[in-house]
Amino acid sequence: MEQGKDSASNKDELANLRRVAIDPVSRVEGHGKITLMLDAENHIHEARFHIVEFRGFEKFIQGRPYWEVPFFVQRLCGICPVSHQLAAAKAVDQLVGVEHLTPTAYKLRRLLHFGQVLQSHALHFFHLSSPDLLFGFGSDPAKRNIVGVLDKYPDLALKGVKLRKYGQQVIAAIAGKRIHGTATVPGGMNKPLTIAEREILLADISDILSWSQDAVALNEQIHTEHAEHRSFAAIRSNFLSVTGNGGELELYHGGLRARSESGAKIFDQLDYRGYQQIIREEVRPWSYMKFPYLIGLGKQQGWYRVGPLARVNNCDVISTPLAEAARQRFKEFGNGSLVQDTLAYHWARMIEALHCAESIHELLHDPDITGSDLVADLGEKRQEGIGVIEAPRGTLFHHYQINEEGLIEKANLIVSTTSNNQAMNESVRSVANEYLDGNEITEGLLNRLEVAVRAYDPCLSCATHALGKMPLQVELLDAEGALLDRLSKGGNGKFERTGQSAL
Amino acid sequence: MSNAKNKLRIATTSLAGCFGCHMSFLDMDERLVELLEHVEFDRSPLTDIKHCNPCDIGLVEGGLCNADNVHVLREFRRNCKILIAVGACAINGGVPAMRNHFSLRSCLEESFLNGVGVENPQIPGDVELPLLLDKVRPIHEAVQIDYYLPGCPPSADEFLSVLGDLLAGREPALPKKLIHYD
Repeated sequence: MEQGKDSASNKDELANLRRVAIDPVSRVEGHGKITLMLDAENHIHEARFHIVEFRGFEKFIQGRPYWEVPFFVQRLCGICPVSHQLAAAKAVDQLVGVEHLTPTAYKLRRLLHFGQVLQSHALHFFHLSSPDLLFGFGSDPAKRNIVGVLDKYPDLALKGVKLRKYGQQVIAAIAGKRIHGTATVPGGMNKPLTIAEREILLADISDILSWSQDAVALNEQIHTEHAEHRSFAAIRSNFLSVTGNGGELELYHGGLRARSESGAKIFDQLDYRGYQQIIREEVRPWSYMKFPYLIGLGKQQGWYRVGPLARVNNCDVISTPLAEAARQRFKEFGNGSLVQDTLAYHWARMIEALHCAESIHELLHDPDITGSDLVADLGEKRQEGIGVIEAPRGTLFHHYQINEEGLIEKANLIVSTTSNNQAMNESVRSVANEYLDGNEITEGLLNRLEVAVRAYDPCLSCATHALGKMPLQVELLDAEGALLDRLSKGGNGKFERTGQSAL
Repeated sequence: MSNAKNKLRIATTSLAGCFGCHMSFLDMDERLVELLEHVEFDRSPLTDIKHCNPCDIGLVEGGLCNADNVHVLREFRRNCKILIAVGACAINGGVPAMRNHFSLRSCLEESFLNGVGVENPQIPGDVELPLLLDKVRPIHEAVQIDYYLPGCPPSADEFLSVLGDLLAGREPALPKKLIHYD
């Protein structure tokens, strides 16, 4: 799909528009805001989702020794630190000339990452998005949060809390602690999984499998029973993900596959170390987050989506039986086409959570998992390494160049949320077009814009990251900049109208 | 959220941090349910409350990297009886403060002008983007802090220990085994 118009075309046009800013101003978790430009009839001339914070990792890791990098870069994000550590570790493996890890190290890394994706997916659905989906987009904002879900659906909310806990326990068993642990070394892992640790994890796995299935069923039900969810924030896009060499869903290692909106493969099993030949990133002056696109399709047509929706659409099969059965139902729902529904991200996300639970179960029974051969023989040193992994939110690229002393000279990171930048902007525009009617700024509009962005589970710490509900303030200004109307979420989550509605 | 008068009201925010401290707070897992019998949330990433209201406790993750961060921190100080710096970044700037070894301009140029595969190179400068500070600062350089909770991140047990002390009306004191500076 061609990208929508996100800017007014000339100064004369701009002069006659008024600006509506949905602004988390003081909200640094969000580091994002939405602005709309409207004409007198409230037609949308411009709709933008801005990322407003900047870190500068690519610069300040220059001069650091390569082996430190996995532990710096994981501090981009406290939600998916393992994904960053592993993507960097895969690049570091190349720097030390390791092509193949030992079977134990490879399986430990996979197990670690399944724990990561499970906990992140559980967090996103149960702690952040479930209030919208269970209570309704326009429900009481004071109760639209995890505490409200614990009150109304205590059993469901507690299962969510425990699913996340289990993913964190898998991580802690391998990396020493739940957040910002250490697991990787160049060419391998730093510690084996003990039999005692494995037994502790196995004790709870049947509950985890059962609750993951419940979460898939719940999300399937929510998505298929609400007609509004099909068309909500509707856009059509290309999809990019890594798949295994048999076309299977793969979260740790594989080749790049992209499909067009019709489902046709644009490329497949591409070595991700050639990513520079297929992806460029456009800078726009109004956001610190860049806009990647597939070079072959060009800037206008080449934007794409990543993450659970892309992965479940892109793959041919899921290797674990329960998740594969769930994927078949997802595919049937698509009725021969890719499922483009933005809110189907939630359903796809829970299918992946189930796949993680099943894969953890399999790996815990694999005799290699408690092995002690952890580090491969190092090979010839190289000065460039590119590690790619499917992080919870999508394809994550880490690219490093080092000098002869092993110090970082150049780094490039394309984080998952960045790849969804154009898509989030398109979704915001779609919701603005569909729901902004008249001059009245309604609470329903505000939360619907949030719901559209939230479907992507944007990680604006990574890109810099937002967690949860962005606080919102909408201001309606006239063409001279005078305040016509203002609606904000005040104390206790209540909406407050402080401006004068003049129109 | 509940408005029971006997509950401690807590606001939380993440400034220039990675959200790991908030994740670690949630790592109290099902103990969160018990905690909610004694506390309620005001402004937090977990709620829809936009501005900090008068609160008993403010938990601040992350340092200061832009003008918005400073604005939010001051709002927290004005409204919270007790303000706690949570984690390495709030306490000393942490990993984001590694950019202090370079000029801000060179960091921006690396990302937006000289980066790999950059199309349309330019430094974003829209009025919608908040002003960046020249250096990343720890939060005690801007406001008075009552307590410091160390760690990257502090463990869930640390959060529970401090909140438990405050709920009991005691001066918080971390047991030695909970103090770590990773």
